Amino acid sequence: MGSNRLTGIVKLALVVGSLQLGSIGLAQADTTILNVSYDPTRELYKEFNAAFAEKWQADTGETVTIQTSHGGSGKQARSVIDGLEADVVTLALEADIDAIAAATSKIPPDWKTRFENNSSPYTSTIVFLVRKGNPKGVKDWGDLVREDIQVITPNPKTSGGARWNFLAAWAWARAANGGDDAKAQEYVAQLFKHVPVLDTGARGATTTFVQRGLGDVLLAWENEAYLSLEELGPDNFEIVTPSISIKAEPPVALVDGNVDSKGTRKVAEAYLNYLYSDVGQKIAAKHYYRPFKPELADPQDTARFADVKLVTIDEFGGWKEAQPKFFADGGMFDQIYKPGQ
Amino acid sequence: MAFRSSSTRWQFRQPSVIPGFGLALGVTLTWLTLIVLIPLSGLIWRSSGLGWSKFFALASDERTVNALTISFGTAFVAAVINLVFGVVLAWVLVRYRFPGKRVIDAMVDLPFALPTAVAGIALTTLYAPNGWIGSLLEPLGIKIAFTPAGIVVALVFVGLPFVVRTVQPVMEEIDKEVEEAAATLGASRYQTISRVLLPGLLPAGLTGFALAFARGVGEYGSVIFIAGNLPYVSEIAPLLIIIRLEEFNYPAATAIAAVMLLISFMMLLVINTIQSWSRRRYGYGA
Repeated sequence: MGSNRLTGIVKLALVVGSLQLGSIGLAQADTTILNVSYDPTRELYKEFNAAFAEKWQADTGETVTIQTSHGGSGKQARSVIDGLEADVVTLALEADIDAIAAATSKIPPDWKTRFENNSSPYTSTIVFLVRKGNPKGVKDWGDLVREDIQVITPNPKTSGGARWNFLAAWAWARAANGGDDAKAQEYVAQLFKHVPVLDTGARGATTTFVQRGLGDVLLAWENEAYLSLEELGPDNFEIVTPSISIKAEPPVALVDGNVDSKGTRKVAEAYLNYLYSDVGQKIAAKHYYRPFKPELADPQDTARFADVKLVTIDEFGGWKEAQPKFFADGGMFDQIYKPGQ
Repeated sequence: MAFRSSSTRWQFRQPSVIPGFGLALGVTLTWLTLIVLIPLSGLIWRSSGLGWSKFFALASDERTVNALTISFGTAFVAAVINLVFGVVLAWVLVRYRFPGKRVIDAMVDLPFALPTAVAGIALTTLYAPNGWIGSLLEPLGIKIAFTPAGIVVALVFVGLPFVVRTVQPVMEEIDKEVEEAAATLGASRYQTISRVLLPGLLPAGLTGFALAFARGVGEYGSVIFIAGNLPYVSEIAPLLIIIRLEEFNYPAATAIAAVMLLISFMMLLVINTIQSWSRRRYGYGA
């Protein structure tokens, strides 16, 4: 027993010692930055981070480690507000970054103007994922309120992607009814009567549709839909692109408050700028995001995107107006979900 | 068995073989304050920033009331189911010998150890309309997953060990002779169970019930996958708290949390009162 404990202590001392040495080694050569992102960007940033680390090493001789945290976009924003030391945020919604800017002084209010294309290096849109052969013959948004159709979408209250879904449906209905917002609201209310399950996030909704076999149509990010197709085999599902959809612009921002205190501004800035480079644009297109500069990406990647009329968030007055109007407590979503209406 | 006469009941310093009562009490109070009281008072403090009228408006909001009803209702049903089957399980584990008993005994604790989200995903896979169990129930018109029934299933799962583990030791204390005495005095089996055994188990059973109930009210991870999360149908209060947080509406989130805390506290108080009454009445129970 006694000798056992002694070797235990020796081992512990060794472990502590090696940790100490390790951290000294790290402090000299390595910079670490943290990218706080949302759920469906896992694969994209895995590849991009490796590419950037290589590029940074080649340019400056310094080693950089990029940590990435993924989760629901709103939850991620809340973590940053509550003190998670993100160097950059790459979230699903402008409104989430606005929330960080409003709640802390770590991001300036004009963050959107600091990078090209409203700080969105890549965009996406909302499409329908249906079962192979499209058995219910779903073509466009109008089909989704048919008697025999069940729609899977996450909860707009908890999921950034679901807010894009909601607005895309709204945009179609408004256009179909000559710009009538009341008719659009009626349509969206109808649509949500066909939703049997509200998952809390986009990945959860995909699981419900794919694994549990629930529903006829999944409203999904275009990149998630293609990814599901790739992962699960094109034998089971296909993608239907509606006539009108929304241009989903997931933005990126530098968290000034954190990079200044950590001394990582230069590398964090370079990291975000690299998203706009040919390498960044190529990787984005490869992972089914629509690149901001399609001419830089591989033509066979960009050729995969179907032509669709895309409305932008500006038609809803931007996120600063849309967020409280549609998704805040008592907003449009709450109104259409009141019982007995 | 601990026995306190009423004269020593209010004595502050209890003689004990363990030394250092002052130190022990000090550590206890400090620890409780740091770990429990400060976070909870933070909750109250944050929701008190709302002001009473706004607090009441949020707490009496239709959606909040609905979510609270679902949370407390499903937790209650699940705790009742757990009480009945937990006692039966404990009974079997204490009174019978059979092969694999130790394995089954160990399995009771699994819901304690398993991350609840994993349990939730597993249960949803089973009970979804295309799952093993769900596909059998579907033709009968019974839907478990994505209905309040699914929430009950998840809560029964996470709450089961509480009842078994509180009832088990008390049951071990009841001597077999008590049953035999009842039998020799001419009691029927039903009478033996209802008049002799169950009253003695009541305090422990209620403790287990209270623990399972409290756990069910606060449960999030396992429920969120199986519930379907439809507002007014299967939206639990913890999810509504998360939704308020996603809206960056911290005061509203803490208001709902404070209401939950208050209701839970009152229910535990009631159960504790019943328990101490039945302990005095029947004398069993730890």
